[in-house]
Amino acid sequence: MSEVVIYSLVTAIFVGVSAGYLGSLMVLEKMALVGDALSHVALPGLAIGVLFNFDPLVGAFAFLFASAVIIWHIQRVTKISFEALVGAMFTFALALGILLMGNDLETLEEALFGDITQVTVYYMGAAVVISIVAVFLTKLIYKKLVLAMISEDLAIAKGINIAKTNLLYLFLVSLVVAIGIQIVGTLLVGFLVIVPAIAAKNLSGNMRKYSIYSAVFGAASAVPGILLANSLSLPPGPVVVVVGISIFAATVLINWRMKLTS
Amino acid sequence: MANSNGYILKVSNLEVKIQNQVLLDHVNFNVEKGTTMAILGPNGAGKTVLLRTLLNRVPHTGTIDWTEEVKIGYVPQYVSTADIPMTVREFLSIGNGVDLESTLDKVRLTDKSILDKRLGVVSGGQLRRILIAWALNDNPNVLFLDEPTSGVDMDSEEPIYLMLNEFKKEHKITIFLITHNIHIVQEYADSLLALNKCVTYCGAAAKIIEPDIQRQIYGEPVCVETMRGER
Repeated sequence: MSEVVIYSLVTAIFVGVSAGYLGSLMVLEKMALVGDALSHVALPGLAIGVLFNFDPLVGAFAFLFASAVIIWHIQRVTKISFEALVGAMFTFALALGILLMGNDLETLEEALFGDITQVTVYYMGAAVVISIVAVFLTKLIYKKLVLAMISEDLAIAKGINIAKTNLLYLFLVSLVVAIGIQIVGTLLVGFLVIVPAIAAKNLSGNMRKYSIYSAVFGAASAVPGILLANSLSLPPGPVVVVVGISIFAATVLINWRMKLTS
Repeated sequence: MANSNGYILKVSNLEVKIQNQVLLDHVNFNVEKGTTMAILGPNGAGKTVLLRTLLNRVPHTGTIDWTEEVKIGYVPQYVSTADIPMTVREFLSIGNGVDLESTLDKVRLTDKSILDKRLGVVSGGQLRRILIAWALNDNPNVLFLDEPTSGVDMDSEEPIYLMLNEFKKEHKITIFLITHNIHIVQEYADSLLALNKCVTYCGAAAKIIEPDIQRQIYGEPVCVETMRGER
């Protein structure tokens, strides 16, 4: 097994777990599409990184987080739904990204679909650290966010600052989405925050199982996907998505069976 | 009439305006410690806004003076539990290291197997009791109940108020109760604040059965000047 494959597998495990875990909240918030759309916002950041010769992932993260904060702020002021604002922001970002990268189709393709064969030790280290920090901090605010979903009044009566907690969560999602881009690209990274969580939801009767299964299914999609793509010489991003959807399909069948037998 | 030492809350000239719309207009009232104050009024009268303002959640002018340190337990009117895979045990454990079985005893939920059920599948009455249990978990000295029996059948409603009443007496809790049920106001509240953005009645709850008072509350809104401590 080549070094690059090992780097990419380690990256995939950590990114899969963190994206799955953070995504479990996004699905509950009914913001699944926000996670998906948010990922496209990274494109102009990647483009600026390429154009000005700094790490495109730093640009991607900066754009993701700036967009998340802008959307969060506009939503609080105008009460327009998250989905609508993210829809506006992501098409704008996509347009901007394509304008900036229009003459460099190869880089644009890499940004859209990811290229895990480019993973370096440095990148793997960053992915591991970011994933651990994101999961740890999300675990601290997980119940607070769920309580706010049940009722904002309940959360506030409990002394929870909902605005700050949401902002921290958006920050962490931006970080995880930024590192996930290298695996499946901006076009498909939304998959990593949505599909493992909805698969987990099919099998979970409580919150603990739900969050653990989400994390496990995230890694269980990414790792076999990369191995399979590697042995079949296929692009890894789409293979990861196909593996994840297969897991989801299996959970639908299991859920259906459980309902039939109960 | 209670002396001022008996008040847990004094509200004066409370005004809430959001985007130039007046939601609460010069609201004045006091609440005695260890009593239940019912809050009554038509939809959109500002009842929930009042509770949220007392929680310091809404920008306002005027003064809200809690005369002692308060720990508020809150039972909201609406909760969204259907889509969340959380069990009753997990919900009641949020931020609390309490003995869950005794918590359920407090709200007369005798079947402990409910702890492992999902919040989204318990009945309306059970959910209201669970929410009350949640609010009581922190040993609050003030309870905010926003239509605590909405979605509960009439047979289950009365036992919930009986239970709350016992709780109030045992632990000297002050209760703020939003309700539309005149019978509940008469039976379980000590004082009544009728709202229609402004105060339309503030006084003894028992007077709710008087036709004049009902006209005052449900007829054309007439704002009244409330005296401090009027009961």
